[in-house]
Amino acid sequence: MAETSAFALALQLIGAADPVLVEIVLLSLRVTLTALALAALIGLPLGAALALARFPGRGLAIVLANAFMGLPPVVAGLVIYLLLSRSGPLGPLGILFTPTAMIVAQTVLILPIVVSLTRQVIQDLWGEYAEQLRSLGSSPLRAVPTLLWDGRFSLITALLAGFGRASAEVGAVLIVGGNIAGHTRTMTTAIALETSRGALELALALGLILLGLTVTLNALAYLLARLDRWGATVA
Amino acid sequence: MNRRSVASVALAAALALALPAGAEERFITVASTTSTEQSGLFAHILPVFEAATGIEVRVVAQGTGQALETGRRGDADVVFVHARAAEEAFVAEGAGLERHPVMYNDFVIVGPGDDPAGIKGKDDVVEALAAIASAGATFASRGDDSGTHKAELQFWQEAGIAPSGAWYRELGSGMGPTLNTSAELPAYTLTDRATWLNFSNRGPLEIVVEGDPELFNQYGVILVDPAKHPHVKAEDGQAFIDWLISEEGQGAIAEYTIDGQQLFFPNANDAGV
Repeated sequence: MAETSAFALALQLIGAADPVLVEIVLLSLRVTLTALALAALIGLPLGAALALARFPGRGLAIVLANAFMGLPPVVAGLVIYLLLSRSGPLGPLGILFTPTAMIVAQTVLILPIVVSLTRQVIQDLWGEYAEQLRSLGSSPLRAVPTLLWDGRFSLITALLAGFGRASAEVGAVLIVGGNIAGHTRTMTTAIALETSRGALELALALGLILLGLTVTLNALAYLLARLDRWGATVA
Repeated sequence: MNRRSVASVALAAALALALPAGAEERFITVASTTSTEQSGLFAHILPVFEAATGIEVRVVAQGTGQALETGRRGDADVVFVHARAAEEAFVAEGAGLERHPVMYNDFVIVGPGDDPAGIKGKDDVVEALAAIASAGATFASRGDDSGTHKAELQFWQEAGIAPSGAWYRELGSGMGPTLNTSAELPAYTLTDRATWLNFSNRGPLEIVVEGDPELFNQYGVILVDPAKHPHVKAEDGQAFIDWLISEEGQGAIAEYTIDGQQLFFPNANDAGV
């Protein structure tokens, strides 16, 4: 059956370090991890600011960030395609159908997740420690680095959620990347392609490898967190 | 390291990853159809062209309608598709320069082996579709404005039938997904032979109608007009077109086979195609 032989095929592909597969895996990781780093750089401070700052329209900003967690990837892809197209406003950049375009799309998709979850984590922490921090003379905004550090375990989960969304999505990267062999073909677009060729076994094998990668990355994050906690206890 | 320097290292790393590689690569972007990509033709002929010229060809495989739109927006240098009327319109409206015929392959009708419409072995595609409609046998249409979809609509029109009803399923999908769905329904569908030969999840489907000259499927190649989109790589794009219709390119196309069957038949020098 396709299901069992897909396992064998997945192992065989990994064992042989199939060069095409290696290239696709590396590109997928490069795109998704870069998008995640960008989303973290923008989203962590932004989410914290949203939790602590008081300004008109804050409620609306929170609702929008939450709502955009559900932004359909294909819609994000289409909008970014129209922006990056040579006939669009950002056309002169010439980055449509490149890995850079895919990084932009994935960053847009995971930024709301990072912002929303960060805001919740920081808001809860601030509720808990507000008095102590205030007595130390810290204003809410100056407390941001401390709170981010304190909430790092919860925030890692927020980042993992972002990684999951980015590595699993196909709609946006297919539109803005073009699934060009050897250039913008990622794990998910390769799976979509093999499925459409009726090569279900190969598609499933690639799916298993992608799942394996995701599990590995999550295991690493878990181990890091445990090491950190253990270090904290010892100190 | 304090937190700020960690953040700046992370930012630098992110930018290094995000920016394209330093060396300027020489490449063109070709908007083409799923049939040429998924049949494996490009994987066979492009390395020959790249070795000869040093120009890398990046293929974005879409339906013919979408591929022409990609060219129209200036997001490809060359379009390589199969729908003559739409290609001629593309040139007429000024989106592209000259259209060059390159090759043909053929469409076939595939359907469930038990053949509920009784059309197996027919060699007239219009008659076969009429029989499917009158039997009310399930037919899956691409429904995606691709070259194959346009050809199918043309055949219905010739049959004098406006297909509709529960038996006619518009899938809005590429050729492969349409074959996957047809195998499950099961349904008759129109497919190009190349995609069919490359398709492994056939289920009960087999070829039921083939060989009608009407089923010939002509491919053409067009350079996107550099006067309209100045960034178009006219010289390298034209080099690709010239190679495709040259003796060498035509030979490379003819050489490509699956299971000993030739898939695409070069005809750049035929008149009126």
